[in-house]
Parts: sequence; C-alpha cells; structure tokens
Amino acid sequence: MLALAIPIAFALMSLALLLNLWRVVRGPDLPDRILALDTLYINSIALLVLFGIHLDTMIYFEVALLIAMMGFVGTVAVAKYLLRGDIIE
Amino acid sequence: MIAPRRWLPHPLLSLLLLILWLLLFNTLSLAHVLFGLLLGILMPLFTQRFWPGSPRVRRPLHLARYALLVLGDILIANVQVARLILGPVKKLHPAFVIYPLDLREDFSITLLASTISLTPGTVSADVSPDRRSLLIHALDVDDEVALIAHIKQRYETPLREIFEC
Amino acid sequence: METIIEALVALFLLIGAAFALVGSIGLAKLPDFFMRLHGPTKATTLGVGGMIVGSVLYFSTRGEGLSLHELLVTLFLFITAPVSAHMLAKAALHLRLRTVERTRGEGALPRGDAE
Repeated sequence: MLALAIPIAFALMSLALLLNLWRVVRGPDLPDRILALDTLYINSIALLVLFGIHLDTMIYFEVALLIAMMGFVGTVAVAKYLLRGDIIE
Repeated sequence: MIAPRRWLPHPLLSLLLLILWLLLFNTLSLAHVLFGLLLGILMPLFTQRFWPGSPRVRRPLHLARYALLVLGDILIANVQVARLILGPVKKLHPAFVIYPLDLREDFSITLLASTISLTPGTVSADVSPDRRSLLIHALDVDDEVALIAHIKQRYETPLREIFEC
Repeated sequence: METIIEALVALFLLIGAAFALVGSIGLAKLPDFFMRLHGPTKATTLGVGGMIVGSVLYFSTRGEGLSLHELLVTLFLFITAPVSAHMLAKAALHLRLRTVERTRGEGALPRGDAE
C-alpha cells in the first residue's frame, strides 16, 4: 500500500512546489514572493520527510529540522527588512 | 537551604528543555536524561536576566486542556479553509476586524494571536501600540460581532483563567 | 497488524500531502495578499504535520523502539508559522498593499505607522 501512496504523495507535493514557484515568479509584490518562498521551504520539509520514508532512513531528520530553523529566521529577517529597512537596529 | 524559586526559576521551562533534549537525541538512556536535567536547570538560571516578567502558569491542567482544544480546532479549521479555498473565490467576503483585547500580559497576547492565526479563517495582522486591540484579517466573515464574541468566549476566556486571575 | 499500520501511514501521508497542496493552491489562486496568507499558515502547516505523524508511525513500528524526534519539526513549525504570518502581514500593511475591493473594515487600518 505504501508503494502506491508514496508516489502519489510525491506527485501532490511536486505540484504544490510548482504552484509556489509560480507565485514566486509572478509576485506581484515583495511580501507575496516572501510568503511563497516561506511556503516553498515548508513544502520541501514535507518532501524530505517523504523521501526519508521512501528510502527507509532517518538520516534526513536533521536536515529537515535545520531547514525549518533557517527558513524561519530567513523569513523573519526579510519581513523585518521590509518593515524597517534594516535588520539589526 | 535555598528556596526553590532561586535555583529553579522556571520549572515548566526546565521540563520543556529536558523533553526537547530527549526528543532531539531520540533516546531515553540515563546519560541523556541526566544531561538533559542538567541543561534544564542551568539554562533558565543563566538566561534569567533576559526574562524580566516571566509568565506564571496558574493552572497547568487547564493549559493542557486548552492545547487539546486548539489542536482539535486546527483540524476542523483546516477542513473549512480547504473548502473555502477550493470553492469559488467570488463568494468569499474578506474583512479586517478590530478585536478588543482583555488580556494584558505580552505572553498571553502572543498565545492568543498565534491561536487566532492557526484557527478558522483568521490571521492576526497587528497589535495596536497600546496593546488594547488586535487587527485580524478574516478570509470569509458575515458577522464581525459574532466572530469577536466567538474568539472571546472560546479562546480568550480560558487564557485569562490560565494566566491572569 | 502490519497492514493496518501501513494503511494508516499511507493515509496520513496522503492527507498531509493533500492539505499541503490545498495551501499552495490557495497561495496561487486567491486574489490579494491578505487572503493568500491564509493558505500557507494553516493548511500547509497542518499538511506537513500530518506527513510527519505518518513518518513517526512508520519509524516507530520498525522494531527499533519509539521514534518521536520528527515531532520536533512539527512543533517548531506550529510555533513559527503564526509568527512569520504576523511579520509578513505587518510588512504588507506597512507597504500599503492593495486588497480586494470587497474587503470590509479597511478604514480602520493602521497603514504605514510601523515606527
């Protein structure tokens, strides 16, 4: 059953990533692009988790955690830059 | 004998740190439990100065119940939001709503704002400078007054019971 | 027993992926920024959460004992998603982004007073 579910889930996630990418390219404003990038990294975490199950290994867990942390810091930093024109005051 | 408040200023934070440590290493071995305990005691001690007005949890059990309530609501909220998103866009009635706050402490306001962002069709967008009101954007709302009453009764009242009185 | 767990894992993965996709569809489809904000903060976060629950279930039943550390990722996402949504919304208010015409209650907005 998993052999069927995993490819389907991969397909759904890939579609989600493509939609995010479309929003990054399309814009129209900077916050839209940042939001799209934010969603992009969250979806890529899901993709990594899926890949871990597919390969039957837990080795990708740390990567997922690191992406989650770095992505959050990045989003907040860019949002703050838009808000204040400066990141560290 | 030193008073417990001196060397264990944030018991819940210490417990949380221990659990995080054990989750991170995915083990329950004695060495890691001891080291996690050590970290859980030392880290709040060293960072105490950065936490001037630390939130007091008056009723931990109510907090657990609140977490379960929010988790259940997140599940329901997502089915609703999925239906809204997949349905026709023309039918949605987005609105900005000013939500008057009864909570006064920063920490509980943060919790309420996060809860609002994660539950049905609402995202908190801004806090007024005097911390008296939240600006909420709702995806599809017919009656602003009912929305405010719903949030007040379902989320804010339990939070007040837990943190403030 | 094995098949039940496998079916559960498959179910969680599919539901999670479906919610993540719904979030992304919302991001691509809805007409203004504030409406787009809803999809990623709720649906995508829950979608990743669902997939991670599936992963926990899968790795915990392989006979090597409980494996809960993936829950850290979910926990982190659930804490950070509202914060980044809030920051982005503030930035968008500051930049005075356009909203869909039928948005109500816009007169009261604290536009551009970020200082």
